Amino acid sequence: MNFLEYLHSNAGPLTEQAIGHIRVVGISVGIALVLGCALGVVAHRSALLRPAILTVSSTLLTIPSLALFALAIPLFGLGTPPTVVALVLYALLPIVRNTVAGLGSVDRAMLRSARGMGMGPWRRFIRIELPLAWPVALTGVRVSTQIVVGIAAIAALVNGPGLGNEIFRGLRSLGSPFALNFVLGGTLGIVVVALLFDATFVLLRRITTPRGIR
Amino acid sequence: MAIDTTLTPLADDYLAKTATERRPGGRRALRWLGMPMFLCAVFGSLYGYVSTQELDSIERRTLTADALWQRVREHLELAAVSTVIVIIVAVPLGIIATRRAARFVTPIVLALGNLGQAIPSFGLITLIVLLLGVGFKSIVIGLFAYSTLPILRNTMVGLQQVDQTLVKAARGMGMSGPLTLWRIELPLAVPVILAGVRTALIINVGTATLATFFGVKALGYVVFQGIQLDRTPVLVTGAVMASGLALLVDYLAGVAEELLTPRGL
Repeated sequence: MNFLEYLHSNAGPLTEQAIGHIRVVGISVGIALVLGCALGVVAHRSALLRPAILTVSSTLLTIPSLALFALAIPLFGLGTPPTVVALVLYALLPIVRNTVAGLGSVDRAMLRSARGMGMGPWRRFIRIELPLAWPVALTGVRVSTQIVVGIAAIAALVNGPGLGNEIFRGLRSLGSPFALNFVLGGTLGIVVVALLFDATFVLLRRITTPRGIR
Repeated sequence: MAIDTTLTPLADDYLAKTATERRPGGRRALRWLGMPMFLCAVFGSLYGYVSTQELDSIERRTLTADALWQRVREHLELAAVSTVIVIIVAVPLGIIATRRAARFVTPIVLALGNLGQAIPSFGLITLIVLLLGVGFKSIVIGLFAYSTLPILRNTMVGLQQVDQTLVKAARGMGMSGPLTLWRIELPLAVPVILAGVRTALIINVGTATLATFFGVKALGYVVFQGIQLDRTPVLVTGAVMASGLALLVDYLAGVAEELLTPRGL
């Protein structure tokens, strides 16, 4: 059976795994986006908490993925929950970092003139700071997604969803003539998912960036 | 920790703690002592946790000091060998790629690297193992393939960001091309190159955890035993040791980075 035949006869399960992969990455990045932006805003506002927040989130990214997934098992069992927890933790750093950088790059004169126009602190944040910082923060989300799509391959170890299962299937059937098909299918599938996510972000960036700073 | 404002959408930039991060004096002590203290606390509580557990025969066998020490050694061997090979190959390649005759390759390498980032490390190593068989050598090749880019790219970027007027001044003083490279360009690029080396090292230490699936019993073996046999103490020991090792290596690499950076930069 060559690779094309394999793709043809496994189109159904492969698509299902790809959807599982996309879903778990989407959920994790979504949670990380909310959490990361909030932490980023806190880190931007408080010089005291900033080093702590950044150090912790960069430490998390240093931890080997297998170890982080495993540590989530005693707390969250097997399957999707430990996967999401581990992926959220991995996704945090780029988002936090870019949110801080984005907010830091907002011109102070702009904020002062907004204040002079009578805007309150909350409106200043929503109307001025957030839109200006958004493109930078979104780049962070994009980087996070790139990292997380790859790491999600290891989720199969904790019975998580996704294309990693296909790679594991190949690993288990090491020596059989089908092994290469399985591994290639899973790996290339993940590459396709990563490219799809990236294309989405290019589009999202165009749509959500305010026209004035595009 | 200063925030660098260069925001390239590349994954491993975020693994690298950029070489330019410097803290004011007061925080320095905390920076150097914080991580060792944290690691001591982590390993101490791991020891405390495991020694209070009632271990059955399987757990006792996996968690002897000898067995664990062997796991750590194999883990470090994998990471060290692959990192050394990557440095030997990628730094000279990066230097060659930035010479004037070869400048056109820069965008190609960066584009290929970006594309390569999309390939999951786990899938890539599995493919290599399928083609070359299980064992130490295949894993090293896999780690090599995955960690070349940070060093290659940082070498290229590091050399390119050197102020060209300095290079011209050196040439004007009569220095030859190779001498300029050795005395001016490389020393100025060292911080960036070292940041790349550190990133590669961390990628290798982290990814070496997966070696257990490919026939080398590094620390990932303990983790996976814990998962498969449903033994939480084994799992926790493996995972905490693997994480602690990665953090320790990262810390030591940070110290080395600081010490190796030429004074005055």
